[in-house]
Amino acid sequence: MSGVSNVKPLKGDPAPGMVEKKGSSLWLTHVLMLIGIFFVFFPIWLAFVASTVTQEAIVTPPMPLMPGDHFFENYKRALFSGVNIPVTTMLINSLIMALGIAFGKIVISLLSAFAIVYFRFPGKSLFFWIIFITLMLPVEVRIVPTYEVVAGFGMLNSYSGLIFPLIASATATFLFRQFFMTIPDELAEAARVDGARPMRFFIDIVVPMSRTNIAALFVILFIYGWNQYLWPLLITTEPDMNTIVMGIKQMFPSGDDTADWPVIMATSILAMIPPVIVVVSMQKLFISGLVDSEK
Amino acid sequence: MAQVHLENVKKRFGSTQVIHGVSVDIEDGEFIVIVGPSGCGKSTLLRMVGGLESVSEGEVRINNVRVNEKEPMDRDIAMVFQNYALYPHMSVRQNMAYSLKIAKLSKDEIEVKVAEAARMLQLEDYLDRKPKELSGGQRQRVAMGRAIVRKPSVFLFDEPLSNLDAKLRVQMRLEIKELQAKLGITSLYVTHDQVEAMTMADRMIVMNAGFAEQVGTPLDVYEQPQTLFAAQFIGSPSMNILTAQLNGGHATLTNGAVLPVDSALDVAVRVGIRPEHLITDPDGPLHFTVSLAEPLGANTLLHGKLQGSDDAFTANLPGIHRFDAGTETLRFSIDPDNIHLFDAQGGNRLN
Repeated sequence: MSGVSNVKPLKGDPAPGMVEKKGSSLWLTHVLMLIGIFFVFFPIWLAFVASTVTQEAIVTPPMPLMPGDHFFENYKRALFSGVNIPVTTMLINSLIMALGIAFGKIVISLLSAFAIVYFRFPGKSLFFWIIFITLMLPVEVRIVPTYEVVAGFGMLNSYSGLIFPLIASATATFLFRQFFMTIPDELAEAARVDGARPMRFFIDIVVPMSRTNIAALFVILFIYGWNQYLWPLLITTEPDMNTIVMGIKQMFPSGDDTADWPVIMATSILAMIPPVIVVVSMQKLFISGLVDSEK
Repeated sequence: MAQVHLENVKKRFGSTQVIHGVSVDIEDGEFIVIVGPSGCGKSTLLRMVGGLESVSEGEVRINNVRVNEKEPMDRDIAMVFQNYALYPHMSVRQNMAYSLKIAKLSKDEIEVKVAEAARMLQLEDYLDRKPKELSGGQRQRVAMGRAIVRKPSVFLFDEPLSNLDAKLRVQMRLEIKELQAKLGITSLYVTHDQVEAMTMADRMIVMNAGFAEQVGTPLDVYEQPQTLFAAQFIGSPSMNILTAQLNGGHATLTNGAVLPVDSALDVAVRVGIRPEHLITDPDGPLHFTVSLAEPLGANTLLHGKLQGSDDAFTANLPGIHRFDAGTETLRFSIDPDNIHLFDAQGGNRLN
């Protein structure tokens, strides 16, 4: 009995639970992966190359494939003068909007999920279903009435106009509801016996227990906010309120003027950096938030 | 410390009644065990005392104050849950200090009280650990610590040992009992384990289907079970129940055997005989065929049937016996004092 269980796996045997790692299949998977990376990465590489060369180099064929020596010059021009306004302004606008949306969504959905899971009130399931149904309505569907409302409040060209219409999240509410329902009832009861009133229980127990979920949602929602295009395009008419994702589009001249490609490409690269930083720095929390069920 | 009074307490969930009027007066410092099979309403009863379940009818009084409408925190109780319900993101120290923090005690006071509780429960080395880094028994202790730091008037235990392994359960059983005796805090303890009930209780409440079948000391319940249910639930292996007819000091069993009894009644009854009260006697009235023997060392459990009867019958003989299953026949007699008689219809005790 023990003799059998003590036999070590032979060299080259697959590790338990893994796909076999040897010979042609190893090469095949790596080649496929490299091809995939090439396809995804190539446009980004081209954008980067274009942001480091002169306008002439871009418009004269063949297109350059290796970086030029105008990196600092192009990025400086983009950051501090830009086409319509400096990219720095757009980055700050985007950052405020993305953070506002991410934090706002998390706070609101935590609170509404808490209400739905832990309180008995008339129309509880009705409210839940109303929230749930809004999952099916993307921003674009309700954009005209929302615009009317925001314009009526005089919130055009303002951060509140950028943030508030996007701040309620059925998805996040639903996710938190699902998570809260896995918290054992006894924990709420123990807190009640310990003397915690509902909001105290919420702040001391529920929120700290949800921290990995909050981190995961923060990443998703930050990127959602950062990538908003249509809504900022509608309600910001003044260049100094432009966000970067829509700002790139605004950099293309109308009519016969030539586009300032190096600056536009530098802006594109700059627009990618903050989401990448958020994802990379929160990767660990993000994954454990989606995978773990720590209780 | 406090007295607890339950007065005709009832509980309904919608139209289903789960507690049918329980009345009990609990003295200061008493250890009361509520015991019964699952679904008998014992946890519900405890939660009603704790304020986690509303009381549909009747009155719960703690220290002679009606608490029906009070929140758990205003009842001066502490509760230990079956799954411990420790806050997973807090250290042991924070878990124990949480209720004191809410009560707005000063940092120094909290420190002193937590240290004292930790010392009593031998948790001093674990104060900075998270619950998930503790073993089941240690978690159980933390849950106890969380309850005792506040010095409540009443402890409520909801099956606190059922998640532990058998050996640890025996040890924790003693520890809880000792701690309770030392602190002298009135306690209500819910369990489905009749050994826990027998060993820990000052008095026990035997519950069945929402009724309190019997309230009394463990030995009272063992020696004088008031109902058929209490008789069968308390005691291990459980009591043998036989159908019989009483006539002038004798009980005639359905298989024809005649037992002398201490009763002059003339009715149909159920006769209860504890397996450990059977005496091997070559002239005894009970003929018993062994089908299975369980040697436990100190005693031997014999399972089988009485001659002329199809009901399972168990005997518990002291010492080691070796039997051949199916062939061996034994004869038992029994002291009339050890025979329990119950009404054949209602199941109430007759002698």
